[in-house]
Amino acid sequence: MAIVASETRFGKIGRPVLAWVVALLFFFPIFWLVFTSFKTDADAVKPEFLIFFTPTLDNYLNMTENYDYWRFATNSVITSVFATVFALAVGIPCAYAMAFNPTRATKDVLMWMLSTKMLPAAAVLYPMTFLTKSLGLFDTHFMVIVVLMLINLPIVIWMLFTYFKEIPKEIIEAGQMDGVNTWGEIKEILIPLAWGGIASTALLCFIFCWNEAYWTVRLTTTEAATLSKLIEGNRAPEGLFFGRLSAVSAAAVGPIVVLGWFCQKQLVQGLTFGAVK
Amino acid sequence: MGRIVLEGVTKSFGETQVIPPLDLTIEDGEFAVFVGPSGCGKSTLLRLIAGLEDTTSGKVVIDGDDVTQVSPSKRGLAMVFQTYALYPHMTVRKNIAFPMRMAGMSEQEQEAKIKAAAESLNLTDYLDRKPGQLSGGQRQRVAIGRAIVRDPSAFLFDEPLSNLDAALRVGMRLEITEMHKRMGTTMIYVTHDQVEAMTMADKIVVLQAGVIEQVGSPLDLYHKPQNKFVAGFIGSPKMNLIEGAEAAKHDAHTIGIRPEHVEVSTTDGLWQGTVGGAEHLGSDTFIHIHGVPGCDPMTVRAAGDVAVKHGDTVYLTPNESLLHKFDDKGLRIE
Repeated sequence: MAIVASETRFGKIGRPVLAWVVALLFFFPIFWLVFTSFKTDADAVKPEFLIFFTPTLDNYLNMTENYDYWRFATNSVITSVFATVFALAVGIPCAYAMAFNPTRATKDVLMWMLSTKMLPAAAVLYPMTFLTKSLGLFDTHFMVIVVLMLINLPIVIWMLFTYFKEIPKEIIEAGQMDGVNTWGEIKEILIPLAWGGIASTALLCFIFCWNEAYWTVRLTTTEAATLSKLIEGNRAPEGLFFGRLSAVSAAAVGPIVVLGWFCQKQLVQGLTFGAVK
Repeated sequence: MGRIVLEGVTKSFGETQVIPPLDLTIEDGEFAVFVGPSGCGKSTLLRLIAGLEDTTSGKVVIDGDDVTQVSPSKRGLAMVFQTYALYPHMTVRKNIAFPMRMAGMSEQEQEAKIKAAAESLNLTDYLDRKPGQLSGGQRQRVAIGRAIVRDPSAFLFDEPLSNLDAALRVGMRLEITEMHKRMGTTMIYVTHDQVEAMTMADKIVVLQAGVIEQVGSPLDLYHKPQNKFVAGFIGSPKMNLIEGAEAAKHDAHTIGIRPEHVEVSTTDGLWQGTVGGAEHLGSDTFIHIHGVPGCDPMTVRAAGDVAVKHGDTVYLTPNESLLHKFDDKGLRIE
């Protein structure tokens, strides 16, 4: 009884407190980022203005005037949206095949796909740069989209596979008996049934694409440059301008934070799906 | 038309052969039941006919056409699954319409068929509900409705009543049998329940470990089981199988006598035993008797008003003309 009682007390007070501490810990960098973005570059590095300072919008105004924020943002939207759409277009049939017609090799194929995520990106930096340049695709939307799609494809397929596995095989078989071809099975049965899962997968993929920095920074210059490139471009030989940098970063992560906020439920489901069952 | 022929069909999963070479013919309009204990390969056999599993070798022929390599959707068969397998995101109406929509049937024709199917299956009031809002029995009706509207050459039922409660099962059993009589379409029905097999089938196929033990009408199987397995499997309660000296008297390795073919008396009889328990069903009494040489316990089906209780001594006399004799391989001796 004593154990039960102490657990309950911990459950009532301890757990929420712990949850808040962890949540605030994770939220702090974002808060600090936004906070700093309202300081001037000079104030940002002065300890006496750590908490109290005169807020200014200059960093944001400078950003839209000097750096063409909207062009970078548009590129981010275009590349993330198309990469996500293409990843789903490839991932859905692929996960469908493995979930409903598994062979002895299915598990190995899945592991192999995941293993590509273990390859350090730096290892293929030279071949990738060489390839894109020699194909004339350097700094193009097409190339950024293809790269973003490919690096996220393993995760997309894994997630979709997990969702599809939850659909009883009999329903797909009933479809086959009812005269549906493979495309019909996907369109009429699979997609409507796995809609929630597909949405979470799309959302995560979109976020990963949006935040991707390694390739988008290295394989673009101006034309296809995304917000990651914009942030990176704020390094100057004179040092870091924290105020400006914070504003750019806040404006870069802003849209995705807002999107994530509204889709919390889907996101949590997507990240923990299959964890207990 | 719906004559289904299996020629030398085998099925292996990896190294394990679940169906050894098997030949079977199901005539047009026949109600065939595949029955056997779980894991005997009856569902696999049905799925081979449906095309949901590929045969390892052999041929599946429907109405003279070799369909072994034909996809399930093109075999012209309809299937009702144990789990109903309705489309949860569609209403009853859309579920039933689905195969017709896939076949490109006109809206009016679809509507007419949905109406007819819903009426015959008492689903008219539920057409706009989703499967999640229906009871098990109603869901199974929808599954049957979805099968009917296709006008298939044969219906395949995979343990369709297993998920229903006992009372509902009896009702649905009758409905399916009546549907068969009305439509005259070939039906293949898989079950592990020998009562379902006996009550519904024109032809019963008894399977064990992928091998057909016997094919015949329900009464054939009841009166002339070809081996000990069929003898024990068909009939409820099970046939009593007696080995040893009693069997030797009849020049057999094993003799079998059905519980309903043994007379029970408190005064005299061929065998003597002690009542272990008596199940009073009202119409009948099933008495389990210990101490009969070569068969322990022996089950006897007696009249409903027989007053015996645990510990009573009883005498048993089998009806000799209804004895079944089996050799040491378990095969029937005529």
